[in-house]
Amino acid sequence: MRLSLEARGEPSLAMRYAAPLVAAALTLVGGFVLFAALGKDPFEAIRVFFLSPLKDAYGVAELLLKASPLMLIAVGLAVGFRANVWNIGAEGQFIAGAIAGGGIALHFDAGGGPLLLPAMIVAGAIGGALWASIPAILRIRFNANEILVSLMLVYIAQLAVSWLVHGPWKDPQGFNFPQTKMFADAALLPTLVEGTRLNAVLPIALAAVLAAYVFMQKSFTGYQMRVAGESDAAARYAGFSTRRTVWTGMLAGGTMAGIAGIAEVAGPMGQLTEHVSNNYGFAAIIVAFVGRLNPVGIVFASLLMALLYLGGEQAQQSLNLPSSIAKVFQGMLLLFLLGADVFVNYRLRWSDDSKGRSSNPAS
Amino acid sequence: MLNLGAEGMMSIGAVAGFAATFHSDSATIGALAGMAAGAALALVFAFVAITLAANQVASGLALSILGVGLSAFIGKPYESLTVPPVPALPVPMLSAIPVVGPAFFEQQPLVYLSWILFGAITWFLYRSRGGLVLRAIGESPVSAHATGLPVIRVRYAATLFGGAMAGLAGAFLSVCYTPVWVEGMVAGRGWIALALVVFATWHPARVLLGAYLFGGVMIAQLFVQGSGASVELPSELLSALPYIATIVVLVVISRNPNAIRLNSPASLGQPYRPEA
Repeated sequence: MRLSLEARGEPSLAMRYAAPLVAAALTLVGGFVLFAALGKDPFEAIRVFFLSPLKDAYGVAELLLKASPLMLIAVGLAVGFRANVWNIGAEGQFIAGAIAGGGIALHFDAGGGPLLLPAMIVAGAIGGALWASIPAILRIRFNANEILVSLMLVYIAQLAVSWLVHGPWKDPQGFNFPQTKMFADAALLPTLVEGTRLNAVLPIALAAVLAAYVFMQKSFTGYQMRVAGESDAAARYAGFSTRRTVWTGMLAGGTMAGIAGIAEVAGPMGQLTEHVSNNYGFAAIIVAFVGRLNPVGIVFASLLMALLYLGGEQAQQSLNLPSSIAKVFQGMLLLFLLGADVFVNYRLRWSDDSKGRSSNPAS
Repeated sequence: MLNLGAEGMMSIGAVAGFAATFHSDSATIGALAGMAAGAALALVFAFVAITLAANQVASGLALSILGVGLSAFIGKPYESLTVPPVPALPVPMLSAIPVVGPAFFEQQPLVYLSWILFGAITWFLYRSRGGLVLRAIGESPVSAHATGLPVIRVRYAATLFGGAMAGLAGAFLSVCYTPVWVEGMVAGRGWIALALVVFATWHPARVLLGAYLFGGVMIAQLFVQGSGASVELPSELLSALPYIATIVVLVVISRNPNAIRLNSPASLGQPYRPEA
């Protein structure tokens, strides 16, 4: 007798939705082992990492604040991923949005009327979309791999923001720190709950989730994208335009990442610095997969990912561990999910090695 | 197999190589540790993407995120430490040749190793039975399995070899090239290496050529920055050159869709599980 995998007749829907939970549970177990290996009390460490961030209203507000950009970027990316358009450069599009919107904030900061903030958000969306349109054009016109192009653009965007805050946009009164001056009040997103940092990014993100849901489930373009993701050949046979699929997929991700970028600088940061993004663009890829590329799933996945971020900060403060432990958890989560996905198409079976020679054929 | 985890495997190789060199005072042990760490991470990818037949694009990305995170985590205590630089190893006779000698034959041992490996891999891929098996499996795992070739075993071996090489490259960066460990020091070189394979349409000779072209671009920008010449260019623009060059070359090569399609392995990125 040995354990083997046997193909299922058809994919298991139950496993499809159970896999993220299995992955989350396995990540918890992995964390337990990791903390024990580091010589920390694993029960205490798990409590500090996963529970202590949520002990009060401020903590919950921080969770929602961190989850919002992840939610925004991930629903945008999911539109592309559904159609096998691999935009891996959301990190760069996030920075491009932050630069474009931040530029508006710095330029018009004296006459900051009620239109300043909407203009910044639109600029952020356009900035992210423009940055994403580079891999889209190169893919459509020249067949260049969008994974590699969008990734290279991440490094270029990081260098661009670094140049701006060291050079032309540096705050003259900033003691030579590489940062812009603080944005005027009119350029900051309004706070939702008094006494916390939670701001208007949350309703924006939830609106984006709703829009993505309607687009993917109810619109014809959304349908075409889902078909292209299931089978490229079928989509071409039906006469669906690859060009439109690539454009829609890349622009959805870029626009959302750009909005998330400007919301971050017009929210918790209040200025542009070299470290605009907290790795949100890459973490959102994991969120998209863990959320099963489904807008509702992404809401839950972004909360989980935000908890990993806060847990990392807690681990740094109370356990004296580097905050990069959050990235270790993020990578583990995605690998466990992909591994658990095998049970969508396969099931475990005790297979009898002595097949055919068994004395009891009915077994 | 499409393993997008090169960046992660290089990072983990860099930190493992640095740590091992620091504790053992031996760059050789460091290089071996880098290879072992890269291969260990590749094993994770192999299990998920081969045995469990998961999406290779997503698994490779996860590996990169995990590797970069893990290396930052492990490497924290080693920041701001240094290891003794590895001396160059001049080749007797050849290094005395004017101009060419010092450039080619007064190099780090690993640079020579990269040439030897290039020759060995070219021979293996195109002149040996093992290479034929490997390429056959890359073209069609189904047919290869039907003719009795050990598809799963070969895919594991190839993935682990790739991981060991990425780990060795990482260890070269942290032990020989700089020699320090800094978080994020791999700085996209893993991704550029992946792009090189695409430019080279999977041919080792063209990979070698591409790698030296890129080395040239990187050195040229450092040289211009260091010379403080009368160039009024921001240093960030120069630092961005290798990434811009990657995009430009990728576009030029990819313009001819057949060049990529005919030369890349037909089963690239497609999961395969033998039926029974």
